[in-house]
Amino acid sequence: MENGSVERHGARRLWYLLLLVPFIATLWVPFYAGPDPKLGGIPFFYWYQFLWVILSAVLTAVVYFATK
Amino acid sequence: MLNSTALIVFIVLFAFVTVLGFIAAHWRRGDLNLLHEWGLGGRRFGTIVTWFLLGGDLYTAYTFIAVPALVFGAGAIGFFAMPYTIVVYPLVFLFMPRLWAVCRKHGYVTPSDFVRGRYDSHLLALLVALTGILATMPYIALQLVGIEVVLAAMGITGDWPLIIAFVILAAYTYFSGLRAPALIALVKDALIYITVIVAIIAVPIYISSHTGGSGNVLDGYKVIFSKVPPAKLFLSSSSSSAVGYLAFSTLALGSALALFMYPHSITGVLASNSGRVIRRNAALLPAYSFILGLIALFGFMALVAGVKPNKAFGAQWAVPGLFVQVFPSWFQGFGFAAIAIGALVPASIMSIAAANLFTRNIYKEYFRPNASDREEATTSKLVSLLVKAGALLFIILLPATYAINFQLLGGVWILQTFPAIVFGLYTRWFHRWALIIGWLVGMASGTWMAYVTPQKGVPNSHFGSSTYMLHLFGHVFAGYAALYAFILNVALAIVLSLVFNLVHLPAGKDQTADADFTDEAPVPVVAEAAS
Repeated sequence: MENGSVERHGARRLWYLLLLVPFIATLWVPFYAGPDPKLGGIPFFYWYQFLWVILSAVLTAVVYFATK
Repeated sequence: MLNSTALIVFIVLFAFVTVLGFIAAHWRRGDLNLLHEWGLGGRRFGTIVTWFLLGGDLYTAYTFIAVPALVFGAGAIGFFAMPYTIVVYPLVFLFMPRLWAVCRKHGYVTPSDFVRGRYDSHLLALLVALTGILATMPYIALQLVGIEVVLAAMGITGDWPLIIAFVILAAYTYFSGLRAPALIALVKDALIYITVIVAIIAVPIYISSHTGGSGNVLDGYKVIFSKVPPAKLFLSSSSSSAVGYLAFSTLALGSALALFMYPHSITGVLASNSGRVIRRNAALLPAYSFILGLIALFGFMALVAGVKPNKAFGAQWAVPGLFVQVFPSWFQGFGFAAIAIGALVPASIMSIAAANLFTRNIYKEYFRPNASDREEATTSKLVSLLVKAGALLFIILLPATYAINFQLLGGVWILQTFPAIVFGLYTRWFHRWALIIGWLVGMASGTWMAYVTPQKGVPNSHFGSSTYMLHLFGHVFAGYAALYAFILNVALAIVLSLVFNLVHLPAGKDQTADADFTDEAPVPVVAEAAS
């Protein structure tokens, strides 16, 4: 019984690892600093960042529901 | 030249939120003679109000002026605001529900209250409080600069309009407490969203049709990105460049770690009614980050539209200048009201947060240990007036560069309270004296780094930027001074904690227990057994 709850708690904590992804994706700049591929004339550097605002919100929501 | 149509729209909207500010005293009624009612709205705000409150609190008028100004003047580096406001929310998701829970449990109103309870150290709590107040004051002053710029864009100059705006702000903050900015934030955000959505459609159309294009929106964006010079459009890959990758990511990370150490951010968090509300908001607040990214683009739009830096405000003129050039008068008034009201919300919350720190951690701690709840609330209300008067004098008497320099330092300083507050949410391993010394060295080194950084093209000048050229192993690493100082701070805190714990230097008595930090109900044991 005690063990079950500890394990469940541990498994829940693994979900938190998802929260690391936005850090890697946006703080490692060489990954997205370039102009290509462009989207409707908008350089990669810009649309990638806007995309990650949405993706990070989605990831946070996933963690929220998974650990609720 | 006075723009009377714009001014009328502006005044109508401004009057509307003034009325709202006073009505707010009756909203979700509580006894405003109690500090947690006046200063934290009774810790009763749910998901939606918290979303508006924190959105209004964090994305300030100054942000709306300064971020595009940086993009306008320096280019891509200004976009550090995007990774900054992306990575801040996973941090909020993890840390802030714990802070909320322990503060709720023990009736803490400020981060210093928590530090004092956790480490049993008057000095550490005092240092955290003073850092908070010191970092907040210039931030309030800069909100005034935001109002000044938009007033100037409507042809209004001089100090008196600013004084009137601040007297109004001070009055409803005094009467309604945190309820006033919470209610006004709803209007502010609606105005900002409308302004931004109109601008991201109308400005590209304007630019496209003025450059011989087809006058459609997508064509406008193509023109904007093709006309910005490549040196401004992209970062430098050199680690020694002030507009390089390293500068960009250290600014983003350092600012993200610092944001929720500001007293006004913590006040917004503590006003929510549960940890769940905070977690939900960590997923919902990025909507504002998206808007901030669009506002950053205004910097490039202004550049391509041919807006010239203004004599009095320099690059800060980018957004107002763009609005004046592109929009009809009445919509200028609308957009300027959005920015000015966007200054009132954070200025109000900041003054409340600073006042709470003073009342709880200086006044009650050192002067009136037996102050009643009522006396606490009265003191906080009065101090919120003083704080605003101080910010006003700051702007009227000193050149605006002082406020900008101080705010730059404020970011460096506030990050140095991170170890005491956030590490303390997880472990009691850090020793109070190690945290104090780490703080001291972080403050001193960060201030020094900002001081010795000259302004661009002006040798021997000071406080030129928050990007410090770190010389290490024959290389130059241009990075955010606050983060460098923070690394030093943390390293010292670790090493000294090891030593102090080893020699059993008294660590004081911890008021908190592990269970105080979780905001969720424990796993129901009976249900576990049944399944």
